[in-house]
Amino acid sequence: MSANVQPITPLTLTAYTLVTANGRGVGPVLQALRGRRSGLKPCDFEDVTLKTYIGRVEGLEDFSLGNELERFDCRNNRLAWLGLQQDGFMVAVAEAKQRYGAHRVAVVMGTSTSGILETEHAYQARDLAGSLPAWYTSRYRYTHNMFSLGHFVQVCLGLRGPAMVVSTACSSSAKVFATADRLLRAGLCDAAIVGGVDSLCLTTLYGFSALQLLSTGPCRPCDEDRDGLSLGEAAGFALLESSERVSRRGAVALLGYGESTDGYHMSHPHPEGAGAIRAIRDALARAGLRPEDIEYVNLHGTATKANDSVEDKAVYSMFGARPACSSTKGWTGHTLGAAGITEAVISALCLTEGLIPGTLNCARVDPWLKSRILRENQSGSLSCVASNIFGFGGNNCSLILGKL
Amino acid sequence: MMKVAIQGIGLLAPGLAGWETGRAVLAGHGSFQPGEMPDPEAALLPPNERRRSSDCVRWAVQVAQEAIAQSGLDPREVPTVFASSGGEMGVLDTLCRTLATPERVISPTLFHQSVHNTPSGYWGIATTCQQSSTALSCYDDSFAAGLLEAVTFVHVEQRPLLLVAYDLAVPAPLNEARPIAAGFAVALVLAPLSDAALATMQLHLTETDQEPASHLQDLALEQVRLGNPAARSLPLLKALATGGSERVIVSLLESQQLLLDIDSCRH
Repeated sequence: MSANVQPITPLTLTAYTLVTANGRGVGPVLQALRGRRSGLKPCDFEDVTLKTYIGRVEGLEDFSLGNELERFDCRNNRLAWLGLQQDGFMVAVAEAKQRYGAHRVAVVMGTSTSGILETEHAYQARDLAGSLPAWYTSRYRYTHNMFSLGHFVQVCLGLRGPAMVVSTACSSSAKVFATADRLLRAGLCDAAIVGGVDSLCLTTLYGFSALQLLSTGPCRPCDEDRDGLSLGEAAGFALLESSERVSRRGAVALLGYGESTDGYHMSHPHPEGAGAIRAIRDALARAGLRPEDIEYVNLHGTATKANDSVEDKAVYSMFGARPACSSTKGWTGHTLGAAGITEAVISALCLTEGLIPGTLNCARVDPWLKSRILRENQSGSLSCVASNIFGFGGNNCSLILGKL
Repeated sequence: MMKVAIQGIGLLAPGLAGWETGRAVLAGHGSFQPGEMPDPEAALLPPNERRRSSDCVRWAVQVAQEAIAQSGLDPREVPTVFASSGGEMGVLDTLCRTLATPERVISPTLFHQSVHNTPSGYWGIATTCQQSSTALSCYDDSFAAGLLEAVTFVHVEQRPLLLVAYDLAVPAPLNEARPIAAGFAVALVLAPLSDAALATMQLHLTETDQEPASHLQDLALEQVRLGNPAARSLPLLKALATGGSERVIVSLLESQQLLLDIDSCRH
């Protein structure tokens, strides 16, 4: 595809925010990165008895969405709501709405499981005839349906532009940047709210357990003894505007993106990383950059045997052993459909703070990995970062962020 | 303003099995007789993949392969967009039943088939396509959102794209929450303007809501349109079946509409 790919105008991240197991807002995330404190703890989600660690966001059980938002009330939308409240994000969106009008601001969200936890609870509460409870059926549209998150964010922010939810498993909230860029370039909106939310549920906990992909301890990306992933949950959002309209020296911008599929298997990555290589190559082409311009690669780095070794092949073939590489999943866990926005915001923080986080929980780098995997944090000025996200269905996305 | 060519069409629904049949019915050359639920072969799927595949996968692949065949394009060169309100509702029903048992032993295959991009993944496996593929949802307006994403992609990237919209009948008891009684799947190959087009389509996104969304005169077909999110494509399909020039209006959420100016090409 690269032959057809043209450089894009960078998109300024006018505002961004993130809630993970490390805390609410970018401040606690940065502190955790600097202090090398993981958000992963032994699984204490509902009555789950799996021996694994999770990155659970504190406090989601202790409040509910009230008033006109009540119909949206579910774990996923509570987490979305918490995310929207942080880092002055609502104020920045209100300003964009003022500048452009509610119809000219798009909402493109990513999630993999939306509010499925509601459906899981409803199936446990079926009556003797097998019918689902009324509290659930009347609210399915606002909770579990895949569009629920997009609808909820649009209502919370009072926006009336194009809205949709991208759901391509783990790559969901990376691909929202690509969709938003297309909407902006086609002139269908002047600004876009991108982001993603995924929350803990039984489906993913027992599903990844069935696939034997859950680590029994905190995940250890790139470690020679890595034994699987840890699930986490997160909400992250960014306000995107063309850098031709909103440009501030030093502001973080999306420089490029690449999307691809493996065309190989539903849950195993392509053995040579062919799809991943395509995604990275197209991201570089859209950014108008060469591989040597990338200083840090935020790996997908789930800590499964297969992902980390195949991703290493792809990254090494594109970049060699030059850029620093690390996975931040040891802090947050794998937040699935929210992984794209989680790691995009972390990449933005790395750029603004001059921080390269070393891979947490990686005691000894797998000697088979050829990329330059960092174990300890480093500091120093950064101007270009690549972030990889790969998901089920062989769906890949690579983002390049930099400073204007 | 964005204008694209339509180069291939695929269709599958009760009484509308394939574009040739569907076109005759929608053009008024035959009566609409819903009859039995189709059981598509989706011949492009390798036999072992077809055996394990969900209904969504077979319906989506069936219409996708029909549209791609008509376009004459190599599927490995064509990016895709899959639009569905709820995706794999049948798989989710099975998973949630199992998760309500004390043991919670779920099938790993069923788990990776539960994602919204399952048909996208199987299409990639069947064709070995490695192009970009997006799966999205916009509840009842999923077809409109998919069409917007697809036309925008063709417009800004200047390359063909395959759009597939589908929603299948929802099994009990999940149908109490989302009553969709019959499946519907449609596929369109969209491309930059060229001589090979069946029709051209100009898309205009508007915030005004003065005119109602297009509907169908035939009451039975109108019931199909209202009963399945993917069937919101029917007024567009009817315009393509009838030929000539026509404006079709499709709702996108309460606040916006897609104005589609269809112009059939006569060769």
